Amino acid sequence: MAEAVEELRALARDLLAKGTVQVFVGYGKGASPGRTAPLIITSADRAAELVWDKHCLNNLAVYLTRSEVTKRGKVGIVVKGCDARAVTGLLQEGQVARENVVIVGMSCDGMGEPLLEACGRCDVHTPAGKDADAHHLACDYVIGKAAVPDAQKEDEGAEYADVARIEALPLAERWAFWQEQFGRCVRCYACRQVCPLCYCKRCAVEKNEPQWLATSAHTAGNFAWHVIRAMHLAGRCVGCGACERACPQHIPLSLLNKKMAKAVLQHFKYRAGNDPTAAPAVKTFELSDENDYFR
Amino acid sequence: MEKKAETEKAVWQPKIIAFVCNWCTYAGADLAGTSRLKYDAHIRVLRLPCTGRIDPLFILKAFERGADGVLVSGCHPGDCHYNTGNYHARRRWTLFRELLEFVGIDLQRLQFAWVSAAEGAKWAEVVNAMVAHVRELGPFEGYHTMLARSGQTLWLAKAGANGGNGSGHDVPGTQPVERSKEKQETE
Repeated sequence: MAEAVEELRALARDLLAKGTVQVFVGYGKGASPGRTAPLIITSADRAAELVWDKHCLNNLAVYLTRSEVTKRGKVGIVVKGCDARAVTGLLQEGQVARENVVIVGMSCDGMGEPLLEACGRCDVHTPAGKDADAHHLACDYVIGKAAVPDAQKEDEGAEYADVARIEALPLAERWAFWQEQFGRCVRCYACRQVCPLCYCKRCAVEKNEPQWLATSAHTAGNFAWHVIRAMHLAGRCVGCGACERACPQHIPLSLLNKKMAKAVLQHFKYRAGNDPTAAPAVKTFELSDENDYFR
Repeated sequence: MEKKAETEKAVWQPKIIAFVCNWCTYAGADLAGTSRLKYDAHIRVLRLPCTGRIDPLFILKAFERGADGVLVSGCHPGDCHYNTGNYHARRRWTLFRELLEFVGIDLQRLQFAWVSAAEGAKWAEVVNAMVAHVRELGPFEGYHTMLARSGQTLWLAKAGANGGNGSGHDVPGTQPVERSKEKQETE
């Protein structure tokens, strides 16, 4: 990792100095040991502040749609294999133009101490480089080679085991479970702010003519908010887990997102963030889509 | 007291909101009317341009306002006035159903149908079946409790069993239970 960070700093310095990019988004020193914070730099002199270690959890793709960043010009961005999926999603949805971004893929052996649960199932430790085919996002640069082998493709059962545990509960218990979870929400919208795919300039919750979603932090308003949030991310969420990590109330948001990912996979045979050329699941349709539940 | 509770239970009728498209189901419902077909009256129809216009937010809002069930209906696949609106809508609902079931909502309370402009009889059937299902399930206690605990007004629930003034707003001086009694007496 020490070599990788030097390589990254040199690359960022070079990109900024040559004017290939006007702004570079990476990780910097965090507020306390064992943490990092997103670092956005515009001058080559600050490249030495970039950090790459076990604690680079944030999904930086969120900054690709922020005008504060994009207005400066071409953006260089550090992505892990998982974050590259979010970038793929943004490309698919036309939110980011490929030529306006220089993607620096970092090989990653898994993040967090202890290792994040999602990293144990990771199958993109090393992001795809320039040799990738058209159906994969090709990073402009790939730094390092992951020491950890990619996880074997799991069957859907293992992949969605936690979702299945909730599904197995009787209806009333499921309701009670989510009532308790949503009841804790304080509506800070951290889940929305960290999500790279929640890029709407004006969120449904901010529309008040009419007021679709109650903004007070009561269970009914929270219920509607979380249901709509999951719905808006259906077939788009790439499962980076940033929302759940950002949640100060420890609401298992990933569970909702995973449930939707599972449904999208089952019904539409689609996985979000895999193929930049594919049409997003809810943007398209098939004549043969499920029709059984219509009377 | 017990007796009063019993009366209230006896007069309880489901409040069901139907979101229908302008071109097929609304016309179908119209046909049911002009054909003098009788169907359960505990349904309130809201007409939208297309099923593709029906946002999941509408459905949540209906429940928030005290609906016991929601029916969504539009043109048959292939018959959409706007060619593909119902196909897009179908994808969304497939996912929305999964989501609502996951958070603990009985899918009997959210039903879907394709009813064409020629299917007045089918519309009557669909409505009767939906009302019967929801009547069996009873009031949507789970959602109502959540709303009450959150200090939210149950507009529809307050509007009374027979539809209130149709606006969904509270009308001062009209007590749903009393009015139902009155109606029973006059009949």
